Amino acid sequence: MKKLQSTWYNMAVVLTLISVAMGAALAYVNQVTKPTIEQEQQKALETGIQKVLGGGDVKVNEEKTLTDANGESLQVYYTDKGMAVKASDPKGFGGRLVALVGLDYEGNILGYEVLETKETPGLGAKAQTWFQAGAKGNIIGKRAGDLAVSKDGGDVDAITASTITSRAFLRIVNNAAATAMGKPDANTSATGLHKN
Amino acid sequence: MAYILIFITAIFVNNVVLSQFLGICPFLGVSKKVETAVGMSAAVAFVLTLATLVTYLIQAHVLVPFGLEYLQTIAFILVIAALVQMVEIILKKVSPALYQALGVFLPLITTNCCILGVAILVADGTYDHTGIETAGLLTGVWFALSTALGFGLALVVFAAIREQLAMMNIPKGMQGMSIALVTAGLLAMAFMGFSGVNNGLAHLFGLN
Amino acid sequence: MKALRIFLNGVVKENPTFVLLLGMCPTLGTTSSAINGMSMGLATMVVLVFSNFIISLIKDIVPNMVRIPAFVVVIASLVTILQMLIKAYAPEVDKSLGLFIPLIVVNCIILGRAEAFAAKNNPLDSIFDGLGIGIGFTLALTLLGAVRELLGTGRVFDVALFPETYGALLFVLAPGAFIALGYLIAIVNKLKKN
Repeated sequence: MKKLQSTWYNMAVVLTLISVAMGAALAYVNQVTKPTIEQEQQKALETGIQKVLGGGDVKVNEEKTLTDANGESLQVYYTDKGMAVKASDPKGFGGRLVALVGLDYEGNILGYEVLETKETPGLGAKAQTWFQAGAKGNIIGKRAGDLAVSKDGGDVDAITASTITSRAFLRIVNNAAATAMGKPDANTSATGLHKN
Repeated sequence: MAYILIFITAIFVNNVVLSQFLGICPFLGVSKKVETAVGMSAAVAFVLTLATLVTYLIQAHVLVPFGLEYLQTIAFILVIAALVQMVEIILKKVSPALYQALGVFLPLITTNCCILGVAILVADGTYDHTGIETAGLLTGVWFALSTALGFGLALVVFAAIREQLAMMNIPKGMQGMSIALVTAGLLAMAFMGFSGVNNGLAHLFGLN
Repeated sequence: MKALRIFLNGVVKENPTFVLLLGMCPTLGTTSSAINGMSMGLATMVVLVFSNFIISLIKDIVPNMVRIPAFVVVIASLVTILQMLIKAYAPEVDKSLGLFIPLIVVNCIILGRAEAFAAKNNPLDSIFDGLGIGIGFTLALTLLGAVRELLGTGRVFDVALFPETYGALLFVLAPGAFIALGYLIAIVNKLKKN
């Protein structure tokens, strides 16, 4: 087949045809994958909530979007086993740190999961394991609210060489508890959150 | 104050080349002479700022309202390519002197991934904008300009080092790209010294 | 035999990373571990094989002057499709590669092979060229990722080879990427001469 000449007509027709064909392919794949992507995100959230509340089936009763004292918005999921709070802090080492924190209705920490981090790989990224039960900086079972690293007079061991990350992480936990439990100093957009 | 913070963070702390790994090809490719490095930096600054502005508007006023977010990549790359062409044509007519200086670099810019990368970051609002209430058009464009300056700084400094390096005796196997990459590594190490400065400044400016 | 030759040419003689020095952004940006490097390499390979195939199919109906925009539309669509598939079926990969998936569009390897090979050869050869170059790229990225992971954390593919305290974390960070690749290229140069 001879190569088409570069006339205006040919160029316009060919480009349009290619764009339409590729656009149609994109629209089709988008339609096919969209529900799966949403499902996947929903599933990831559900498994996250289960995990931070100690495993097993969890029934989410209510979902709320609140604002903490720093003006960060956070998601609270009230369940039969406690609260799962998705909170974030903009001042981690490399940027925003996002975590899901599981609390019982007294404010004791049941578990946590780091969702997003821009920390130094290998150092700050350790937050996912560092504060778990049995690890050096264990916070599970402790009461959230005024947790602080030992450097700041608290009783939590900071991640080696990552004090900034550790502080940001504990801020998330403290803010999550303060906001979800509706303490007076937290600037909540909704009041009377004690649901149980 | 927040704008100063974005400015310093984008140039020094999260330098686009040395810590984000965007725009490595021109960084390694056109850094043999300081003069060409300056020309390339100017062209990138110009196109990056303009492209971020246009792509942000497209994202906010065309793609999102019509639910076409999945066309983002394709729309952005076409806009950038068209923009580069347009800039080239306009420059040729309006300012032949400037065209002479930047002309050769313009076609190379379409495939500079820092343009598309920054455009996506700004349109999605996922860049670091500590201290700013909401990521908007103005902060996005400011971030793009700062990023471009950071690119320019890294490129010009690197070119200056390579000019000196050209006069050195280097082991055969290390010549060319190999020694250039190791040098870039040392430069990246130097820039790592700035890490954490953004948090300190944010504290100083009272943006906590 | 010809297919095998085209394939090996891409893996060894024209290895995109060590010989042609193309696609440096993902090479440096995604190789903080062996597994990340490998996922990026495979993602690029998938796009490359399909883009080479499609472009070689349509090469005769595309007028010369709009060649580049036409190719870019094809490549960008393929990348977007891949991005959606990864988001749906491998969200973990999407998390670790992030911005570098859409940036496959501007990876010079893809457009470079479209121009240099697919626009001149038949579809079958183009597929083999895409496979060869893609595997060459994947091997290079996996190797670089493995070296950085080993030197930085004492692990390869998450298997501990020596205690983490002996690792030089620098190699996982940005400077280590440049330095490790620089020395790998020096070694390849040395091997080429022998």
